[in-house]
Amino acid sequence: MIDQRFLVDTAAGLLVLSSLAMLATSRIATGIRLVAIQGLLLGAIAFLDGHEGVTMRSIALGGGTVLLKSALFPWLLSRAQHEARVQQEPDPFVSYPFSLAGGVTALGVAVWLSDRVTLTPDIDALVVAVGLFTTFAGLLLLVTRRIALGQVLGYIVLENGIATFGLAVAEQQPLLVELGVLLDVFVAVFVMGIAIVHINHEFDHIEVDQLSALRD
Amino acid sequence: MAAMALAGSLLILAAVLAVVRPVARLRLAGSLDPAAMMAIAACAVGSAGAAYALATGADEAWRVAWAIPGGALALHVDPLAAVFLLPVLVLGGLAIPYGHEYWAGTASEDRHEAWAWFYLFLLSMALVILAANAVLFLIAWESMSVAAFFLVNHEDHDPTVRQAAWTFLIAAHLGTAFLLAMFTILGGGAPGTGAETLDFAQLRGATAGGPAAAAVVLLALAGFGTKAGLVPGHVWLPAAHPAAPSHVSAVLSGAMLKTGIYGLLRVLTLLPVLPSWTGWLLISSGLLSGLFGIVFAIAQRDLKRLLADSSIENLGVIVLGVGIGVVGVQHDAPMVAALGFSGALLHVLNHALFKGLLFLGAGSVLHATGERNLDVLGGLLKRMPWTGGLFLIGAAAIAALPPLNGFASEFLLYSAALEGVGGGDRRMAVAMLAAILGLALIGGLVAATYLRAALAFTGEPRSEAAAHAHESGPAMRTVMLILAAACVVIGLVPMLMIRALEPAVAQLARADVAVATVGAAGVLTRVTAVAAILVCFTVLLSVLRARLLAGRSVRRGPVWSTAYLAPAPSMQYSGASFVQPLTGLLSRVLGQQREGGVPPAYFPSAQRFAIETPGLFREYVFVPAFRGVRWIALNLRWMQHGRIQLYLVNIAATLLLLLVWKLGFHG
Amino acid sequence: MTAMPFTSFMPFLHVATALVLAPLLPSIITRVKAIFAGRRGAPLLQPYYDIAKLLRKSAVYGDTTTWLFRMGPTVGLAAVLTALLLVPFGGSPAVLAFRGDIIVFAYVLALARAATIVAALDTGSSFEGMGASRESAFSAIMEPALILGLVAVMRKAGGGSLSTFLHPHRVETAAATTTLVIGALFVVYLAENARIPVDDPATHLELTMVHEVMVLDHSGPDLAFIHYAAALKLWVLGALIVGLAVPQPAASPWAAYALALAGIAGVAAVTGIVESTMARLRMAAVPSLLFAGSALAGVALILGLR
Repeated sequence: MIDQRFLVDTAAGLLVLSSLAMLATSRIATGIRLVAIQGLLLGAIAFLDGHEGVTMRSIALGGGTVLLKSALFPWLLSRAQHEARVQQEPDPFVSYPFSLAGGVTALGVAVWLSDRVTLTPDIDALVVAVGLFTTFAGLLLLVTRRIALGQVLGYIVLENGIATFGLAVAEQQPLLVELGVLLDVFVAVFVMGIAIVHINHEFDHIEVDQLSALRD
Repeated sequence: MAAMALAGSLLILAAVLAVVRPVARLRLAGSLDPAAMMAIAACAVGSAGAAYALATGADEAWRVAWAIPGGALALHVDPLAAVFLLPVLVLGGLAIPYGHEYWAGTASEDRHEAWAWFYLFLLSMALVILAANAVLFLIAWESMSVAAFFLVNHEDHDPTVRQAAWTFLIAAHLGTAFLLAMFTILGGGAPGTGAETLDFAQLRGATAGGPAAAAVVLLALAGFGTKAGLVPGHVWLPAAHPAAPSHVSAVLSGAMLKTGIYGLLRVLTLLPVLPSWTGWLLISSGLLSGLFGIVFAIAQRDLKRLLADSSIENLGVIVLGVGIGVVGVQHDAPMVAALGFSGALLHVLNHALFKGLLFLGAGSVLHATGERNLDVLGGLLKRMPWTGGLFLIGAAAIAALPPLNGFASEFLLYSAALEGVGGGDRRMAVAMLAAILGLALIGGLVAATYLRAALAFTGEPRSEAAAHAHESGPAMRTVMLILAAACVVIGLVPMLMIRALEPAVAQLARADVAVATVGAAGVLTRVTAVAAILVCFTVLLSVLRARLLAGRSVRRGPVWSTAYLAPAPSMQYSGASFVQPLTGLLSRVLGQQREGGVPPAYFPSAQRFAIETPGLFREYVFVPAFRGVRWIALNLRWMQHGRIQLYLVNIAATLLLLLVWKLGFHG
Repeated sequence: MTAMPFTSFMPFLHVATALVLAPLLPSIITRVKAIFAGRRGAPLLQPYYDIAKLLRKSAVYGDTTTWLFRMGPTVGLAAVLTALLLVPFGGSPAVLAFRGDIIVFAYVLALARAATIVAALDTGSSFEGMGASRESAFSAIMEPALILGLVAVMRKAGGGSLSTFLHPHRVETAAATTTLVIGALFVVYLAENARIPVDDPATHLELTMVHEVMVLDHSGPDLAFIHYAAALKLWVLGALIVGLAVPQPAASPWAAYALALAGIAGVAAVTGIVESTMARLRMAAVPSLLFAGSALAGVALILGLR
């Protein structure tokens, strides 16, 4: 149990670092790689922290998550990036140092909030805090990034955060709910990927804040 | 106490004599007239008395009844008051010979009045600190503001100066309004338990704690914070300090701002029970002012405005120290409380010394070159070696570089925070961590700001005015030398200072701080040891270098810099380019406005580029607020119709209403 | 602590070792870079030859400079020497250790930087001004990283002095906190010592210079002092990292000492690898890296607060 706890804590810590790295980087390719790493970490946490131990279900869940988030999504997004021919973010609304500072503040807030959530002994407080933090980081990315691909990455990070929080807190999740959530995310990213390619064909760029005058 | 009385009467006499023309024209020592000599004597006597009171831990009072309801001529000397009297009298006294030599070349009638106002200014500041009665306090407070207004407004032919003085007056009165409300609450309470007079010893209005104490703390922070230049009440500082004559700016920054801190501390000692969030509020307010002040100071190219914004930052640090001390008291950590309050009080004294030195140095530069703009100065160290060297000592002191006094007070504050950050109390740990982070950020930015200021002295002159600078006169140099020497000495013997400040700290921490003080003095002795070793190494290395170069040729030549063939003074880094990496990062916070940009073609003919940094709070908070008030006032104009009958109807109706109310329903 | 009869002179042995061996650190870095580049590289004792040569030369001073310029190298070296006295090494405490010496350490290094910057500004040249501008901005962003990192370790370990928590008998700190703080301190190490990705010590182009350009005009013994101070700074900051990262067996102080020596050489080697595998960051992206260092320290603190 102790060993498992240590592994889970390490994975959670790496999740924190990967979210912070996403806040600080301007290159899309790096962001996609980080999201892939997050998928792996999430799968590891799902596998280790599930409240039922090693079963077919937990292996399926962990494996499914890893497949979707570490393989399929990055592939999709790389293709979209290639089509749109973007290498990195133009200047975001909030400069990178300040995004990073905002991320660290969010970590502090998440730790404080996680104390307020009533916990039973078998819930790992660190994973709860990390889940909240990753959600906030995803929101921050969504709000501050200019191009659509950056926002998709933010959306995935947000979803990772929610999933982590759910993994830590939920007692028993019906398989159907889990699969349903994964399907939701898959569809969203798939549709967004296609939409990005089409937007790029139409407008020759994918900067979202310039797409505010769509009337016809 | 007797010393104070003597000092006070001498000052009044000096003020009177300053305006009597024949006496004022006499020149005794150097450029000093009898009034000035008397004022200097007054300050000397007063400072000696204050130092004595601090050393002996005196606690004397003196009271004479007065006809004003609630008022009394009640004066009180205790260690806290003694600590704050020192900056006022010492800096004020040193500013007098400086100012006289500064104005020596240009005699004018206004000068005599200005000196009278100056002596009255010093007198009212001393009264503010000594007052033990609310009415006397407010009277002295008002007269301090009025005297300062006239001093700031001295060069009133310049519209910016008039504007600055006007802003100062309005801000001062807004602050005083908060103080009036605060004293009302303090003096109130249920009928029968209220104060007969508003003597400080009898203010019982908020002894129970609760909402009254909370209101008092908030009003005190608002009112005294405006005088001390805390955000958001700071808007008058960056305008008023540059507009005033240099010796007045030095006293404004070194002494008048501290009266705000004194008021805040005095009110805190009057409240037996402080609300639990007081420490947090003070720490946040201090951090906000500290960061805000220094971020704006970096972006200024007017030397005096840079110093003024930096004063906002230093006052923020002082309030941060007070907040750390209060948190220490409330969380039962006597070491934290003692170190926090000691650091804050030592910073009060240190700031008076090095900020006074810096402002007087800026005054010398202005006197010699007629310029305050850093971007057209340069190379002044070669032309004004004394002024330049002393200014740089002041800059090193304010940047908290060892072994000077600024480092001693910052070290005390850091120590207080480090004490509180370990251990199990999480709330205190978070507050202390915020303090450490803030101090670390502020420290780096302060160094960058004063390196920008040092550009005026290094390199080559960037304009004719700078090239023709001359060294300042003997009195100006001597005064700056005294201040710089004090900075160095305090930096080398901080443990003596902390022992000296112990009685005042004990008053603030409401506990016996002897143990904590001894412990802190021990640590400070080690710090001095490090400083001594540093100085030794420097000397040894200099001697080594001199020995090595003894027999060899030491030539001078043009600066190499990768053998650039035609360097020109205008190619040097200007202040704005020096801080560009930082201001670029902070551009949104600063609200900088740029005009012009990168030249479009490869060989552009003429290009204009300008950067302006207007004040954030002034532009976006106060100006719209005042515009709103003006709109309301304009819409109420219909009440001023000019018809006498209608005014009489108003008066009659009000009388009738009052009679009915008072007699009809209370009879 | 088992009192061995000869441990009381260990702090002084450390200082002596540092004074003698410090110039080897830059040569380790250049040798690692040379290996990566397929070259043989300069002899390991090259920095010693350079310093000796410079000490024998005469000096030329620019005619715009004043005593500020002459003071820069001496104050810089004096400050780094003082910092050396404050740092523990190899299981033994520093020569000077007291509560709060973290702050004195940080500010003494700040004094060294300020002296160098002022000396650079004194030349009145735009090259030195550029280096000074960048250096003052970067150090303002980097100060919190150093102080916060040390405070994070201090909070877990207790005590208020560098020697208590970089000491072998420190309380076992959480691995996560220590790793993050080592990361933060490594960023500080790279920035303070002007290494890639913050600065390139090997070129003299305006695009890439921060530290190198500030010392362009010094010559003779002054330049010798500057090189030696740079080597000592590598040692001093490396000792901090080694104190956190390298195990210090309590039973045998000599083993701890040897391990610490190996550790410092290891840190230099890692720096060489980092320099060979990364490119220098765009000037506008360096603040992000420095913020990242502060962020790592901040994360360590927040996780430590739970």
